Amino acid sequence: MNDMTPEDRKSALKGMGTSRKRVEDARFTQGKGNYVDDIKLPGMLFGDFVRSPYAHARVTSVRKDTAMALPGVIAVLTAEDLAPLGLHWMPTLAGDKQMVLADGKVLYQGQEVAFVVAENRYIAADAVELVEVEYEELPVVTNPFKAMDADAPTLREDIAGKMDGAHGPRKHNNHIFTWEQGDKEATESVLSGADVVAEEMIYYHRTHPCPLETCGSVASMDKVNGKLTLYGTFQAPHAVRTVASLISGIAEHNIRVISPDIGGGFGNKVGVYPGYVCSIVASIVTGKPVKWVEDRMDNLMTTAFARDYHMHGKISATTDGKITGLWCHTTADHGGFDACADPTKFPAGFMNICTGSYDIPVAYLAVDGVYTNKAPGGVAYRCSFRVTEASYFIERMMDILAIKLDMDPVELRMKNFVRKDQFPYQSALGWEYDSGDYHTAMDKALKAVGYDNLRKEQAEKLAAFKAGESRSLMGIGTAFFTEIVGAGPVKNCDILGLGMFDSCEIRIHPTGSAIARLGTISQGQGHATTFAQILASEIGIPADDITLEEGDTDTAPYGLGTYGSRSTPVAGAATAMAGRKIRAKAQMIAAYLLEVHDDDVEFDIDRFVVKGAPERFKTMKEIAFAAYNQAIPGIEPGLEAVSYYDPPNMTYPFGAYICVMDVDVDTGVADIRSVYALDDCGTRINPMIIEGQVHGGLTEALAIAMGQEIAYDEMGNVKTGTLMDFFIPTAWETPNYITDHTTTPSPHHPIGAKGVGESPNVGGVSMFSNAVHDAFRPFGLTQSHMPHDHWRIWKTANQLGLHG
Amino acid sequence: MSKKMHLEMTVNGQKVETLAEPRELLIHVLRERLGITGPHIGCETSHCGACTVDFNGKSVKSCNVFAAQAQGAEVTTIEGLGDPDNLHPLQTAFKEHHGLQCGYCTPGMITRAHRLLQENPTPTEEEIRFGMAGNLCRCTGYQNIVKSIQAAASEMNAAKEAAE
Ligand code: FES
Ligand code: FES
Repeated sequence: MNDMTPEDRKSALKGMGTSRKRVEDARFTQGKGNYVDDIKLPGMLFGDFVRSPYAHARVTSVRKDTAMALPGVIAVLTAEDLAPLGLHWMPTLAGDKQMVLADGKVLYQGQEVAFVVAENRYIAADAVELVEVEYEELPVVTNPFKAMDADAPTLREDIAGKMDGAHGPRKHNNHIFTWEQGDKEATESVLSGADVVAEEMIYYHRTHPCPLETCGSVASMDKVNGKLTLYGTFQAPHAVRTVASLISGIAEHNIRVISPDIGGGFGNKVGVYPGYVCSIVASIVTGKPVKWVEDRMDNLMTTAFARDYHMHGKISATTDGKITGLWCHTTADHGGFDACADPTKFPAGFMNICTGSYDIPVAYLAVDGVYTNKAPGGVAYRCSFRVTEASYFIERMMDILAIKLDMDPVELRMKNFVRKDQFPYQSALGWEYDSGDYHTAMDKALKAVGYDNLRKEQAEKLAAFKAGESRSLMGIGTAFFTEIVGAGPVKNCDILGLGMFDSCEIRIHPTGSAIARLGTISQGQGHATTFAQILASEIGIPADDITLEEGDTDTAPYGLGTYGSRSTPVAGAATAMAGRKIRAKAQMIAAYLLEVHDDDVEFDIDRFVVKGAPERFKTMKEIAFAAYNQAIPGIEPGLEAVSYYDPPNMTYPFGAYICVMDVDVDTGVADIRSVYALDDCGTRINPMIIEGQVHGGLTEALAIAMGQEIAYDEMGNVKTGTLMDFFIPTAWETPNYITDHTTTPSPHHPIGAKGVGESPNVGGVSMFSNAVHDAFRPFGLTQSHMPHDHWRIWKTANQLGLHG
Repeated sequence: MSKKMHLEMTVNGQKVETLAEPRELLIHVLRERLGITGPHIGCETSHCGACTVDFNGKSVKSCNVFAAQAQGAEVTTIEGLGDPDNLHPLQTAFKEHHGLQCGYCTPGMITRAHRLLQENPTPTEEEIRFGMAGNLCRCTGYQNIVKSIQAAASEMNAAKEAAE
């Protein structure tokens, strides 16, 4: 290593900034991944649920005997069996509680009524059919506005009349919370005196993260040692351990939670589900390991929907387009239980980032959470706690205001962007944006796509359409988003009282390689690759010589897990900080070995050198060896460090997205011609992985904007419970993406990184939806509801009189 | 529960036999009775392609084949395409071009791509996108999957040319 140039030494590390190939891929490409359904323990049983066909009903009886008589059936559990253990209900992460198994009634279609345990999945499925449940149907409420009617049926009888909720007073039996931010009076007075006010109802429909692997768990209670091992699809294994301990009464040190490989999460695998609890109870009852894995229908119908926000907005401006105020009232449909996974003080997540990228002097936001007869959830589907909703809201309102002002939507955005010199920027709804350079990003995007020419082409296409020469309209969708990720500072972010810090522990081995363990868990983000890169740059050990482990609570330090793009901002920072602790000790060892004072050596890529005498140095490898083999006065042997990082602030990634589509008014087909996505996620750790994240997030955005939804009929039946009805784009429907970036590091993050996993979903949905609206703008369309599937686009064209 | 049948197949070049109920799905036979866990389950309704295997020379979603239909079949799964010392060009290309993230769709993707490249050794991007449309991926947005398959195709064609 000693005759290598500094550049060679640096590139040998494969540190930050390199498109290092992923270390995870060898096992995944050879069929050697280890996902929860791959786990097979001796004597393992299989559990399956009897689910309610009704959305709202009393459960008057559950008869097990026929099912129990089937050979191979070991147990059928009902709420009655769980009640003596106090496990028929469980706490949700949002301060509510949720039935594990139906306790007298059901609140949504697909709700868990009984848990059948059998020798294999076929017998379990047969037995599910044999459990006889009697229901007495109750009136169904699927509309959150009707749920708040004075005479609406009470859904949650368990808390009827209890008017103090987990997040303040409730004003109706079906009401969960009201959350207010900003200055109501000031905002309303600005609005009433404004030159121009645009008002609209923006509905962000219910959808589902739908990772390719569904949720599941394997519980194994070892009665001899009193230890419970729980494998499962957990985005937050440590939190699961704590919750499992609290609700089961098993001491936390006797529970080991393991998240094996996870086949995508996107928010679906943050929550705690009845299946996890039932597999634990069943293992305790039977003394055998019990596996539970959802099928796709269970997944879409019951675990973790996302969005379902009805956002009523008003935005005011001067006649020349300077925004003066923003007002928003949101009705949030939470389903039968409030099972969001937001930080405790934020029952509507970070919806108060809804002022977006704009310098809006005064704003007011109120969110009312409401119970309905739909599945519980409200998770952050590839987004940081309702940021996607907030971003969609403001980006639609901007386009609608632009229509009202007869302005170009980009011009309006440029005019109102928070300027570079305003950072750190204090938003009207309480956030401090860390850094940004919005004008530069937007300019770069406009040039890259040739925006002015696109507008010209659009005008020509429109003329051709009006002249009857064509039946297609061109839409240009622009979106500029500011995300808020990296939850979060312990002073205001916790889940169930657990501060949202994260952690990293590093051990350097005597021969100079290392193992690092984190409190997070990858679900495809490639942590084993990227976190090793952070460390390589921080401690000068090649990334290839660093093993990275996550997901086993017996070995990994405590952390809050991976969601809300928090891994890089929080655990990435912990990794860098732990690395710096290693480096500090290494410096002392190097100084001793070089016989100089500590301050006379400095770090140089992979070694410490004597200042001013670079030929005198000790490599990290030599230092590691010395740490274990030499008695150094005043320094403990070994080279290890642990860091628990409590971020001082969130990080605020941003980006400019532009797409072009041609909308066929007769078929409703939107042909996406080009998509350009510029992301600024601060310091870039692995450009290849960032690009991959952007591709994936844009595709999920495409799905959500253009066709994907969880739809219910008035009876509360789920109409989109299979992949036949629930839209997931194939390779055929998915366009190619052009990615780009600017780099504005976060000033408070040790390596300046902001996180990127969710940005493309946050920006992408608005971009695609804005493009559809833009195509119809000349015909007076202000707002139409997503998803913009062919039928809805056709309907819009029809309503606008475009079918002659 | 129905009476079990004696099922014989050739899986990844090896004769295997097992008892299985005729109604069992091939994906369950592979994963649970034979311990071949490369192919995954994403839906069990033939939509996602995670369970794709090569079945008598065709790409087949193994969640849609009963054990009774698999009697005597030749089955190849991801485990049969290459080994650590001798990877299939697709396996290398997927890593090289970041064609996977969570890896859950990957065994099905690669198994399908392997058959696609036999059906059409020089596919255009359009043909790849169409030919892969039975396999869903939630993570990658397909762009790098397409790239990986293109790269593997040129690699395989170059190797073939060199051999001729
Ligand atoms: S599991 Fe077979 S196609 Fe989805
Ligand atoms: S890599 Fe996750 S589903 Fe394809």
